[in-house]
Formats: sequence, C-alpha cells, structure tokens
Amino acid sequence: MREAATPLLDVEHLTMRFGGLIAIDDLSFAARAGEITAIIGPNGAGKTTVFNCITGFYKPTSGRMLLALGGPPPAEEVAALTGSGRRWRRTPTGGIFLLERMPDHEIVARARVARTFQNIRLFSGMTVLENLIVAQHNPLMAASGWTVLGLFGARRYVEAEARAVERAKHWLDRVGLIDRADDPAGDLPYGAQRRLEIARAMCTEPVLLCLDEPAAGLNPRETADLAQFLQSLQAEHGTSLLLIEHDMSLVMEISHRVIVLEYGQKISDGPPEHVKNDPKVIAAYLGVEDEEVEKVEAEIAR
Amino acid sequence: MAVDAAAEQRTMASRLIAALKDATGAALLAFGLSVPILALRTEQNISNELILQPRWDYVAVAVALAFGARLLYLLAPALPRRPSRSARATDTRVMAVFGLALLLSYPMIALALAGTGGAIKWIDNFGIQILIYIMLGWGLNIVVGLAGLLDLGYVAFYAVGAYAYALLSTSDPVKAFMAEWLGPSFWPMWAFWICLPVAGLMAAFWGILLGFPVLRLRGDYLAIVTLAFGEIVRLVLINWVPVTNGYAGITSIPRPTFFGIPFNASDTGFAAVFGIPFSPLYRTIFLFYVILALALLTNWVTLRLRRLPVGRAWEALREDEIACRSLGINTTNTKLTAFAIGAGFGGFAGSFFAARQGFISPESFTFMESAIVVAIVVLGGMGSQIGVAIAAIAMIGGTEILRELDWLKRVFGPDFEPTHYRMLLFGLAMVLVMIWRPRGLIAFRQPSIFLKQRRAVRADMVKEGHG
Repeated sequence: MREAATPLLDVEHLTMRFGGLIAIDDLSFAARAGEITAIIGPNGAGKTTVFNCITGFYKPTSGRMLLALGGPPPAEEVAALTGSGRRWRRTPTGGIFLLERMPDHEIVARARVARTFQNIRLFSGMTVLENLIVAQHNPLMAASGWTVLGLFGARRYVEAEARAVERAKHWLDRVGLIDRADDPAGDLPYGAQRRLEIARAMCTEPVLLCLDEPAAGLNPRETADLAQFLQSLQAEHGTSLLLIEHDMSLVMEISHRVIVLEYGQKISDGPPEHVKNDPKVIAAYLGVEDEEVEKVEAEIAR
Repeated sequence: MAVDAAAEQRTMASRLIAALKDATGAALLAFGLSVPILALRTEQNISNELILQPRWDYVAVAVALAFGARLLYLLAPALPRRPSRSARATDTRVMAVFGLALLLSYPMIALALAGTGGAIKWIDNFGIQILIYIMLGWGLNIVVGLAGLLDLGYVAFYAVGAYAYALLSTSDPVKAFMAEWLGPSFWPMWAFWICLPVAGLMAAFWGILLGFPVLRLRGDYLAIVTLAFGEIVRLVLINWVPVTNGYAGITSIPRPTFFGIPFNASDTGFAAVFGIPFSPLYRTIFLFYVILALALLTNWVTLRLRRLPVGRAWEALREDEIACRSLGINTTNTKLTAFAIGAGFGGFAGSFFAARQGFISPESFTFMESAIVVAIVVLGGMGSQIGVAIAAIAMIGGTEILRELDWLKRVFGPDFEPTHYRMLLFGLAMVLVMIWRPRGLIAFRQPSIFLKQRRAVRADMVKEGHG
C-alpha cells in the first residue's frame, strides 16, 4: 500500500566533496509524500551533510534534488526544467523545484522545505511568540507592502499580523507552550526548546520538514511524546517528514522508510523491518571482523 | 554563637587582608603606569634647554586614588541585585510624554534661565549638538543595535550627507539651472529642504554600496572593513580637490530658511516678516526644532520598523543568522536594508550639520566621530532607543559641560584646562559602565509583540550579534 505513495523529494546521484573528502558519494533516495523517512547511520556518515544540501546550506558538487508539489510531475516537464537554466517552474498541478540550484531562503519560501538543527538554533533573546512570528516573515513581508505600507499602519498588514499571531497560538497550543509565549526562548528548558524549534519550522507551512536529531537530549517520556507529535504532524497537516535520528526505537516506531548511510554511501533502504535485518546495516552498526566483511558481502550479493 | 561570631570575625579579617593585598597590587600597577606618563615632564627653560621636571606628587595622587578606589570596590557590600523589572507600558508612556514636552520647551527654558545672550550657547552647543548625536546614535542603532552588524565607519554616511548638501547647494550648474527655471531667489531659499531628502537617499545608496562587499564578513573583519570604508571616504574628500576643495572645505553653504523665509536682517527676512526685532537667536531656535523633528522622525521610523517583519528579521539576524536562512529570510536583503536605512539617517544628520555650520571640511569626519557614535550605541545598550538618547546626552553633554567648568581653575591653578581631560574622563566613564552595566545602560530588551503581557527580556539572553 505504501508503495502507492508518490515521491515528494527525489534525490539522484547526490555527491558532496569538501576538498579531497567525499562526504556524500553518489547517493540516491526518495522521500515520499505523506510519509516519514528516516536517515540513519553511524557518526560522520554524512547525514547532516545531506540535510544541508537539501535545504540549500551547501551547494552539492553534483546530483539532482527534485521536489515536486502536487503529485508526480510529467517526465517531460522535469526534463525541460533540468535542461533549462531555471531553478523551478509551475506545473498544472503544483510546481517542480530543483533544490540544488536554489538559495536556502528560496527553498523555504518557494519549495516549502523547512528544517530544524542538531544543536537547537532558536532566537534566544526574542520571546517564544516572536520566534514564531519571525518564521512567518515572507507572507508578512508581502502583507506589509515590503515595509512601505506597514510603516503607515496599513490595515492589510495589521490583519496579516493578527492572522500570524493566531497561527503562532495554534502551534504554541500544539507543543504546550502557550503559557510561556511571552518568555524569552532562551529561558525554556531543553525539551521545550526542541518542541519550539519544530513549531517554528511548522509556521513556515512546509510540505517537507527535515528534522535533525529531534530526540537528542530528550528523556524517554519526552521521546514518546515527540513520536506521537511527529505522527500527528504527518496525519493532520500532511507534512512529510525527513528525519535524522540515533534513537532506533523512535526510528523503527514511526518511520515508513529508513535509509542507512555509511561513509557517505547508502547501504540500505527500505521499510524498518527490512533495514533492521539487513546484515550490512548490522555490520555497519555493530562492526564485523575484516574477514567476515567478505562473507557478509557475499551473503548480500546472493 | 560565640564560635560563629569568632568565625565571622576571622572571615572579615581574611577578607580585609585579601582586599588590602589586591589594592596594593592595583597601587603598584598605577605606580608602574604613572611613572613614565606623569612623573617626568620635559620643559624648556629660559635658555631654551629641555629640563626634566619631576612631578612625584602627581604620581602619589594617582597611586593613592588607585589604592583607595580598589579597596572601596572590594569592600563595599555587594550591590543588591534587582530582579529584572519589567517596565510597564504606562511608565514608559508617561516618561515619553514628559521627555517630549521637555524637549519642545527646551529653547524657552534656556531663554528664561540664561537670557537672550546666554541662550544661544545652551541651545546650540547643548541642544543641537546633542540632538545631532542622538540622531546619529539612533541611525547607527539600526545597524549595530538591531541587526548586530558592527559598523565602525558610520561617519562616512554622515560625510556623504553633508557633502551631498554642500556640493549640490553651492554647485554653479544647479544654481544656474534653478535660476533659469524658477527664478534667482528660489535655490538659496529652498536648497536645504530639497537637498535634505536627496542627501538622505545618497547616503542610503552608499550604505548599500558598502553593504555589498561586507555581506559575507562577520565580527572583527566586518569592523575593520567598515572602518576602512570610513577612512576611504575621508581620504577621497581630502584628495579630490577639484570637487571637494580638499582640506579647505566648502564654504558659504546656504543656511536653512523658515520654509522660504531667510533668517537675516533684510526686509523679507524672518524678523521683518513677523514684525519682531532681528536676532540670530531665531535661526538657532529654528535649527533646534529642525533637528528635533529629524531625530523624532528617526525614532518613530525605528520604533515602527521594529514591529514590522523587516525589523524583526534584523533582530533575528542578530540572534542567529543560520536560523534566519532556515526560515526563508533573505539575509542579503535584510543586511542591506539595515545598512541603507541606518546610512540614510546618517545622511540626514550630515546635511543638517552642513546647513547648521555653513562650512564643512574633512576634519569634521574623522574616525573619532564614528567611535563616539559607536560608544553612544554601546553605552545605550540592547538596541534601546531611550538608552541611546541617555548615552548621547551623557557623552556629548558631558564634553560640553567640561568647557563650562572654569571654577576648576581656581582649584588647580590658571593653567588647568578641563577640556584636556575629556578623553580621560570618557575612558573612565566607559570603564565604570562596562563594570556595572556590561550590556549598556538599558540592560533589557522590549519584545516587539506579546500575547498576554509585555515582559522585558534579560540582557544575558540577548545576543550582541556576530559583527
């Protein structure tokens, strides 16, 4: 049944080199619409680099990252866009975006891919509410007539700001921080900061949310709540999730699909049960003796 | 109980000893520093020979001061820490209304207290001078306080504004063109009011021009490049003699008019038109209200911008640039608007300065000016508008006050010149403020929006920005 889901993000032959170091080596995978896709792998496997490429923080050395809104795009549209020098184009059903060509802020604004960070990056000196309002920068900027109308208190902007506050309140309710809306974000406890960062990313109304280790530093209870919250995001808002996580129980519980990286290469890709039993994955995580590698590889080849 | 008292006495004693040791250290340091600076003075005697004049009494005073101050600082009971008080909205509103009323009536108060003769000094040297720096401080506050971009070359935009007005208003082709189309009396009458927005736009344009190369720079690198930009502008003004007249500067710049009515003794002058005796005072009072209006405009725009997406993006940029990018904020545009708007206000202030002086030269636009404006913004603290105003009053007003302290000559002898100690007192004031209020006079940030209650954000949460 899951196989019917259409790809939202199609990463093909992604390679990222830093000087002589190959951080990602010819990686191809797909994140499907309405699914939770997890990327796992040992430390230094290149997971965060993949995120940085998808969200435009790094320009990949080569490869294509195609994001399609509104269903699978016709192949000729994709070919036409790739052949042209343009970054994105509208299609009858939505739009197609070549993320590797787009600057980071355009990826959020147009392709609607949002992200969170491994080390939380909140605006700590601004209040919780302000954090969520800043996240709605682009629609508010348009409503304020690129500042000119807003400067004179245009009604359009006042209304847009009221709507932005409503959306912020909705998300504060969802993450249980409504009572702390007027506190500085830096004052929140760690777990609340993680939740706020996700709420802030959701305020940009993403179709794909990339979460970089959302459960890091959370206690088991908080992790269980997080799992429920992430599943509800996907169910209620149709937001697809791409997540990097080291907490295997969380990954296995909520993901529809797991991609395993090691040394920048994909070593496994499939539903959690499949990946869990993949000898290559077990070898990567637990380590095997040198002579056993060939045996394991032979097994895989069979 | 007895044991406790004895123990307390012992800790007191040990504290005293530690403080004495520390203060002795400070005194030794002061001695080491003051020997080369204060102890020996070279003077020429009657036969034109240099002689060394020892001044050990100065050294003794310096050492004693250092010892005493350090001892007091260490032994003074720790100041009780006030919990971060959230300024209530009514408080601030009352203060704002009171401050505005005081500013509006300031020329009258000066007139009443100092009479027509003395009032010019108080309105010009204190009122106008301070307001120019308040305006510069508020302009730079957008770049440094809100966007967190340390700009050490702000004086460049002040210079661009001043020279834009000076050059345009004295340019022969412009004069000829205006005389041909609008009559010979038009340009001298209206030059200021037409050139003021032009100068602001010009400075904003140069702000963007500076912004582009420094987009990728942070921290110290940004500071150095902006500093260099300020110097480049000054050096161009010095060396491009055919246009700027070099060191000699530009003279006879048209003075502002009362919306077309000049402040002179002629029959069409301000005094004659309003049927009052001529006095140079009217121009000064008018200039005071012009710069007051400009400064209040700066303040109003800044307060408005803080509540708009662009202002919130500036503050977010100061907090975390990477997070900004992850939320779809175009950081390039955000930085450039900060530079442009900050520079624009500097340009307004510059053109006002040129109009007030009637003469400008590159001497007025040295790095010292940038440093003073940055010091005002840093002293004010946290991007606070009121903090900047207080800091400007303290720094510029303090400098001017030193000129007034003639009675000190009676104490220290006729050779004593208080203004010579200006920089020393500046430095001392800075050190004290940085000890007691490391984040500036106003050590909290007012959020731009709130749900239930506006609660100030403590200084330790707010970041200084990365450059």
